[in-house]
Amino acid sequence: MPMPAADIERMIKARFPDAQIALKDLAGDNDHWAAHVVSAAFKGKSRVQQHQMVYDALGGNMGNVLHALQLTTALPPD
Amino acid sequence: MASDPVNETIAKTIADNDVVLFMKGTKQFPQCGFSATAVKILEHLGVPFKDVNVLEDQGIREGIKTFSNWPTIPQLYVKGEFVGGCDIMREMYTAGELHDLVCAKGIPHSHQHA
Repeated sequence: MPMPAADIERMIKARFPDAQIALKDLAGDNDHWAAHVVSAAFKGKSRVQQHQMVYDALGGNMGNVLHALQLTTALPPD
Repeated sequence: MASDPVNETIAKTIADNDVVLFMKGTKQFPQCGFSATAVKILEHLGVPFKDVNVLEDQGIREGIKTFSNWPTIPQLYVKGEFVGGCDIMREMYTAGELHDLVCAKGIPHSHQHA
């Protein structure tokens, strides 16, 4: 079952209010997403930790309802 | 706390092998695009690695997600340390960081610097 973009964005925003989120529908099926998330909350965290923070914000949907999310994370430019 | 046999199996696998990829399918025959990408990256680096097919073991398939607090497969471990999934591997490979990591950890590999 696909997870709509608005839900993904809302859940990430709820955890990282400053986040800039760019979502791309990779396959045009509302089910394979690429997300680029930019937030100051990632400062000082490893890539694995940054991704874990986003997965955590998605509350267990990742790997279940949301089966394909290609994720990249970054800090905002100074 | 009672020891968890699945956790023990995972811990032993990553302790016994320098580079381990938990994946869907095998390195010869990946059964998921993300796992296939992960295999290709390691083959590009010329790094020998052990593949663990999670589709053959439901316990490992679920257990590995808890083990690393990571919800998806594939998962790469180098010298017992969780490195990341497909996206992180791709990012690190493109930036040359995966090659650096393999060098820093003293893993033999055939890839030469350009």
